Amino acid sequence: MTSTDQQPFLSVRDLKVHFSTEDGIVKAVDGLSFDLLKGKTLGIVGESGSGKSVTNLAILGLHDRDRTAIEGEILLDDKELLTASEKQLERLRGNKMSMIFQDALASLSPYHTIGKQISETYRKHTGASKSQSRARAIEMLRRVGIPQPEVRVDDYPHQFSGGMRQRAMIAMALVCDPELLIADEPTTALDVTVQAQIMDLLKDLQQEFGTSIVFITHDLGVIADIADDVLVMYGGRCVERGTKREVLRSPQHPYTLGLLSSMPNLEHPVDVPLNPIPGSPPSLLNPPTGCRFHPRCTFAEKVEGGLCSKEQPPLEVTNGRGSACHLTADQRAEFFTDLAGSAAN
Amino acid sequence: MLRFLVRRVIGALVILLIISAITFWLFYAVPRDPAMMSCGKNCTPENLAQIRKNLGIDHSIPVQYWYWLKGVFAGRDYAGYGYCDAPCFGYSFANNVPVFDTIMDRLPTTLSLAFGAAVVFLVLGVGAGMLAALKQGRFLDKFASSASLLGSSLQIYFVGYIAMYYFVAQLGWLDQPSWTPFSDDPVAWFSGLLLPWLVLAIIFTANYTRMTRSQLVEQLSEDYVRTARAKGLSRANVFFRFAWRGAMGPIVTVFGIDLGTLIGGAIITEQTFSLPGIGRLAVKSVDQSDLPMLLGVTLLAAGAIVFFNIIVDAVYALIDPRIRLA
Repeated sequence: MTSTDQQPFLSVRDLKVHFSTEDGIVKAVDGLSFDLLKGKTLGIVGESGSGKSVTNLAILGLHDRDRTAIEGEILLDDKELLTASEKQLERLRGNKMSMIFQDALASLSPYHTIGKQISETYRKHTGASKSQSRARAIEMLRRVGIPQPEVRVDDYPHQFSGGMRQRAMIAMALVCDPELLIADEPTTALDVTVQAQIMDLLKDLQQEFGTSIVFITHDLGVIADIADDVLVMYGGRCVERGTKREVLRSPQHPYTLGLLSSMPNLEHPVDVPLNPIPGSPPSLLNPPTGCRFHPRCTFAEKVEGGLCSKEQPPLEVTNGRGSACHLTADQRAEFFTDLAGSAAN
Repeated sequence: MLRFLVRRVIGALVILLIISAITFWLFYAVPRDPAMMSCGKNCTPENLAQIRKNLGIDHSIPVQYWYWLKGVFAGRDYAGYGYCDAPCFGYSFANNVPVFDTIMDRLPTTLSLAFGAAVVFLVLGVGAGMLAALKQGRFLDKFASSASLLGSSLQIYFVGYIAMYYFVAQLGWLDQPSWTPFSDDPVAWFSGLLLPWLVLAIIFTANYTRMTRSQLVEQLSEDYVRTARAKGLSRANVFFRFAWRGAMGPIVTVFGIDLGTLIGGAIITEQTFSLPGIGRLAVKSVDQSDLPMLLGVTLLAAGAIVFFNIIVDAVYALIDPRIRLA
């Protein structure tokens, strides 16, 4: 995003994903655009229901087609994915683009061995023989740090520990050397030490293979660790984007500021209470009028004429940096005191 | 696996032992004397005593049970019939024929009825359930769901007679249900059982359609199904190798129970279609206070259910590697 001279590897333009439900239309993603360069990592941050996961299922074409209306463009290496046929997508999935899911126990088939699940992806996309793909599965398991891979390859997921399952999942996602890896909260279910190991593993693999990564999380600490660029989502829209440093050090949107100041800080005395964002995520069925964040925004009344509840602020982006807020730069400078910044360390 | 089987078979024998003891005891709770029934009009105490001796019921109930049990494993010498080889389940009080022979004679009818119907309702039920799951919310799904609701509310004696009236008497499309051994005439065997199979299938299919559909719908929304799609596997591959694999367990369980129940005696079905199977034998033996026959039939019914339970557990372990047999 920062350098404009390079062609983006993944480009999402004005993506809209709307589900029709019995109660009406849910606007899960409502006009989202971003670019991802080769070998870079984009962190997508947001609460549950902000549209993060839906966006990524749409990239892979795994949304429920009967109930979903999709608009916009998704270009992967200049190839339009939204109009691609199911067969074309099947050739890309697991091969050129692959995905790591949050809950590895639920996301791995309990009925097949780890080795089978890794090797069948490889066979499907490379046409390798059974023994070749088994050897490849063992190699991948070794690569992600599973001890005794030639033995563990025949284990079932329930015989693996939580961290090992997530490693196996990563091995499965990377078995065909994908150019795009979508990681949907891959470390959320893991304890902190394992989380750190998995993050290191992903960074190593990215260095080695030059994979582009979309990293979805609600954990700003994880973002600070792995992302190059950050996109903050709220209610199906992008409210702020920029480089990691820009977004974490000098947030422009009150929601980002709220996320940053709700993080515990080790440098603060222990009796300083956490500072959560009041309220709960918006209903995507009947989203608030105007800015979707305004019912929870502490600065909404400072904007003149009640503009926040009337008009949706446009996302103005220059050089990959921008936010969607009615506050002026001067107001921001005045209100956003030293609340932020600590997370970027 | 072997340890599992040994343990389960021993368990099954204990269950059958308990069931036979209860049946024995229950039989004598009914105030009817089988000796009195076969004694006739000019019954003298001497005649009665002789009949009791011949039938082997001239002892206290526990002693009788012990003799019966011994007969099953070691054979038994009857005053009235002579020696009876193991497994000896005694002689019928009603017609003096060995119980074991009668049951072996009737079993092919019931097995043909049960397995034939099972093939039809499994294929139709699971097939319709799969289609419904694939076409969730569309016309086909709604049709299959309503049809299965209707089907499961029907009763055999109702559908059976209606089907016989229309398809046999009025339209002449199907033959009157009858029993011909397969070895005598396979065509007659088939045409005689076709209507009972179809009628049984109408009633059972519904259950399998609903179960298959709901299991598959649940499995299809599982994360691992999504992962399989995200790996680039085709929809069909994921449907059969992942979702169906997960959906099979509960279906196998219910199938095992149904099969056991059917073999233990499809009493109403056999009665409706006048088929000489185990179910009708059971009803008759109750009517005639025929203890040895009743015991034999009861044990067969219980044995069938226990047997299929063991099979189901073993199959379950084959389907789902998380289940360890011990």
